[in-house]
Amino acid sequence: MKRGRTGLKSICQTFPSHEEKVKRQKWAPSSFSLTPMQDWGNLPHHIILQIFQHLSLVDRARASSVCRCWNDVFHTPDLWRRFEFELNQPATSYLRSTHPDLIQQIIKKHAQHLQYVSFKVDSCTESAEAACDILSQLVNCTIKTLGLISTARPSFMDVSQAHFVSALTVVFVNSKSLSSIKIDDTPVDDPSLKVLVANNSDTLKLLKMSSCPHVSPAGILCVADQCHGLRELALNYHLLSDELLLALSTEKHVHLEHLRIDVVSENPGQTHFHTIKRSSWEALVRHSPKVNIVMYFFLYEEEFEPFFCEETPVTHLYFGRAVSKEMLGRIGLNCPRLVELVVCANGLEPLDEELIRIAQRCKSLTAIGLGECEVTCSGFVEFVKMCGGRLTQLSIMEEVLIPDSSYNLEQIHSEVSKHLGRMWFPDMMPTW
Amino acid sequence: MLPVENVTQPFTQLPAVSLISQSRPSGFIIHVTPWSLTNQQADAVSPTPAIMVVNSVHWFRKCLRLHDNPALQEALNGADTVRCVYILDPWFAGAANVGINRWRFLLEALEDLDNSLKKLNSRLFVVRGQPTEVFPRLFKEWNVTRLTFEYDPEPYGKERDGAIIKMAQEFGVEAVIRNSHTLYNLDRIIEMNNNSPPLTFKRFQTIVSRLELPRRPLPPITRQQMDKCHTQIGENHDLLYSIPSLEELGFRTEDLSPAVWRGGESEALDRLNKHLDKKVWVANLEHPRVNTCSLYASPTGLSPYLRFGCLSCRVLYYNLRELYMKLRKRCSPPLSLFGQLLWREFFYTAATNNPNFDRMEGNPICVQIPWDQNPEALAKWAEGRTGFPWIDAIMTQLRQEGWIHHLARHAVACFLTRGDLWISWESGMKVFEELLLDADWSVNAGSWMWLSCSAFFQQFFHCYCPVGFGRRTDPSGDYIRRYIPILKDYPNRYIYEPWNAPESLQKAANCVVGVDYPKPMINHAEGSRLNIERMKQVYQQLSHYRGLSLLASVPTIQEEAEPPMTDESQTSSGPGRRRPD
Repeated sequence: MKRGRTGLKSICQTFPSHEEKVKRQKWAPSSFSLTPMQDWGNLPHHIILQIFQHLSLVDRARASSVCRCWNDVFHTPDLWRRFEFELNQPATSYLRSTHPDLIQQIIKKHAQHLQYVSFKVDSCTESAEAACDILSQLVNCTIKTLGLISTARPSFMDVSQAHFVSALTVVFVNSKSLSSIKIDDTPVDDPSLKVLVANNSDTLKLLKMSSCPHVSPAGILCVADQCHGLRELALNYHLLSDELLLALSTEKHVHLEHLRIDVVSENPGQTHFHTIKRSSWEALVRHSPKVNIVMYFFLYEEEFEPFFCEETPVTHLYFGRAVSKEMLGRIGLNCPRLVELVVCANGLEPLDEELIRIAQRCKSLTAIGLGECEVTCSGFVEFVKMCGGRLTQLSIMEEVLIPDSSYNLEQIHSEVSKHLGRMWFPDMMPTW
Repeated sequence: MLPVENVTQPFTQLPAVSLISQSRPSGFIIHVTPWSLTNQQADAVSPTPAIMVVNSVHWFRKCLRLHDNPALQEALNGADTVRCVYILDPWFAGAANVGINRWRFLLEALEDLDNSLKKLNSRLFVVRGQPTEVFPRLFKEWNVTRLTFEYDPEPYGKERDGAIIKMAQEFGVEAVIRNSHTLYNLDRIIEMNNNSPPLTFKRFQTIVSRLELPRRPLPPITRQQMDKCHTQIGENHDLLYSIPSLEELGFRTEDLSPAVWRGGESEALDRLNKHLDKKVWVANLEHPRVNTCSLYASPTGLSPYLRFGCLSCRVLYYNLRELYMKLRKRCSPPLSLFGQLLWREFFYTAATNNPNFDRMEGNPICVQIPWDQNPEALAKWAEGRTGFPWIDAIMTQLRQEGWIHHLARHAVACFLTRGDLWISWESGMKVFEELLLDADWSVNAGSWMWLSCSAFFQQFFHCYCPVGFGRRTDPSGDYIRRYIPILKDYPNRYIYEPWNAPESLQKAANCVVGVDYPKPMINHAEGSRLNIERMKQVYQQLSHYRGLSLLASVPTIQEEAEPPMTDESQTSSGPGRRRPD
């Protein structure tokens, strides 16, 4: 929701006239009346608090220097439950940074109030280091949510691992009630995960740690074994194992809601991907029938061999580079739970057959996105006829559709709109 | 005297509509061959008023042509003398973000105008300085009573012109402005869209399809017209009013290769004829699928000529229209026939009332994205040293010739912004502004916003791979070999990713990566993975969407293609208003 950007100035400007009226009504003109500012200062705390909650941090901070009463309200614990530290260097970012004085104040007065904390850092190592310094000082805290977010290049990876890990473990040890942690693209390691588990196993619900190269499959397995309340997990494919899936499916474990897996390769042919047994997937789905399994692929075309050879319960598939025709064919065969499919690029052969098979077999498909592929207009109409009724998202780049004898580009949009039951156009790019 | 509506009023109160000339009864021209057409126009000119002498000055800015130039026609209309000026500040040339190819194109266009005017017994007056200092001087020296120029819909242009019109008023000079840079009256389009510019191309097309056809183009001015307002050219004309050379503007020209795109109206009209001939020959009036050939500069390409106004957009429009109707024997051509022209119009419409259109901060339609600041990376991109041959070849062609194909633009724009480097689109826009011949302010800024997914809400999942996309566009690799000759001995298999070639092959090709050609400056898979997360973060904040769907996280603008609703519903918090904390 839009936070009121009305600064205090405008409030002050509108109030006095009403105030004047009230004064004239209450007191005789000759008596010395209280100045408007003193009246302002005597407002009950909860009213000032309400007003402050509508103000941006900057405006609140300015308001806090007006009088002692407002300063007290500024420091009410309730206003400090949620905080986002923004750490940017002018040389690397256009964004402003949280003022260092404010940071000091928070550490001094509000560390114990913080519950939902995030750190947004730019691509400069200094910013990440500053974040770690703050983390190290959050000793008396009961943090529930912690997010470490790089807005550009992941600068946490440039911080010394020792520094990062010791800062993070301060929070892990002291909070004891962490429920949600986002530490993607950081140098977190197995020992720190052990510390996390040792102190927060009862409360942990969400853990996002994609692209954390220092964690091993054993490290994440420890988390799955101990944190039975875990509902959302995001990691890289190399951390995924049969044991992990089974650990997430034991009786003691709650239903898993989201599992996100990033499959990334460094160089063509240099990464070997292990396969996950079909029985492990089945165990997971048996235990958590509604689980969403999201897979992001950033591979070269030759590297898809180990995937989708058997039935795989993936629900959301994203291909960040080109994916072969053959692979899309396998997806049609082996991904019955598929809900969303996004293909960045394919090649120069039409994908008609593959799409039609996906329409036939993936009965839960509701969203599809195609870029830099080729599909004949007739093939595409066939596809939409079969599953148009359930598609809520159909995002096709205009260049994908190849006009043929049955349909040209003008006709395709009305035909597809008909089958979708709403107005539809392909996505366009400016041509100039 | 001319009708009252042509007398100037304070610019801010003056909608362009009131100055748009009514369609004249003159015949329209299909193929514009200069100087040989009758001009019914001349007969329609009102007689010169007996009392007042009319000394006109026509101010060329864009619209560097003598055909379809209604403002110039107004200058001649009943005038005793006419002088055509172009104002140029050589000192400013050095400071401006304009590269040598753009200057050369402009100078060639001015020379062409001068030559054309010579044939009409007149000349072009190139006046050095800034308009605000030049005009008072000229008004006095030449006893100017009428100033004419083409309407400039861009915000900066409107402001500049507002000041000049005011100044003209003070000098008792009548200012006459005509719209000929765009097909339509942009304010009309905005009005028809509930007073806000359409933010989807489909909506724009719908509105345009409901408008009347663009005003017919006017024929070029004739010798007869000029004879009626003959102006004596001084002997010192070349001394005072000559077109500067590139050297005078501070450029070094020793190593300058000949221009691939020659500036000027004559060249533009010549190309137009060839362009139409080619369409007939190909018998395909639809958008051709791109192939290797499209990547190279085409002798029938028209975009730079539209930008400088050497070719009238209406002339192109009507020629395409007539050609289609002749070939297809059908009533009306589809809007897609005018693709290029309508995109141009779309961005002009979006920009005309938005002075912050070319930046992120303070721009109401631009998503606030936390781009990285990295001058070193930006320089590598701008100078074609990224280590990705596809990107480097494109940037090399751009710098050498001043034009690249639109898919090439998509590739490098994506690479710089949301695809790989995560650098602001404003930086890319400025590089294009410097190097690209057809970079209109509105079209350039708008396209960069579009390609970086900063506005007009494009699905950001589609990311162009700097290796794969190039390879699919030009499997032969010849484009790379042409613009990055050091890689010419690489086989097709590795020419798009030379760093993957075995060392023996690199040595055999006399080009070792890291020594003779840079290593790739980024790992594309890593880069695009991170960036898709960043974009998702930004967009999910905008739409408050918290789900897993990548596609749904982009808020779609709910513009109906049918009759407009009462308010153009956008996302609940407006696109990209950054909430500072």
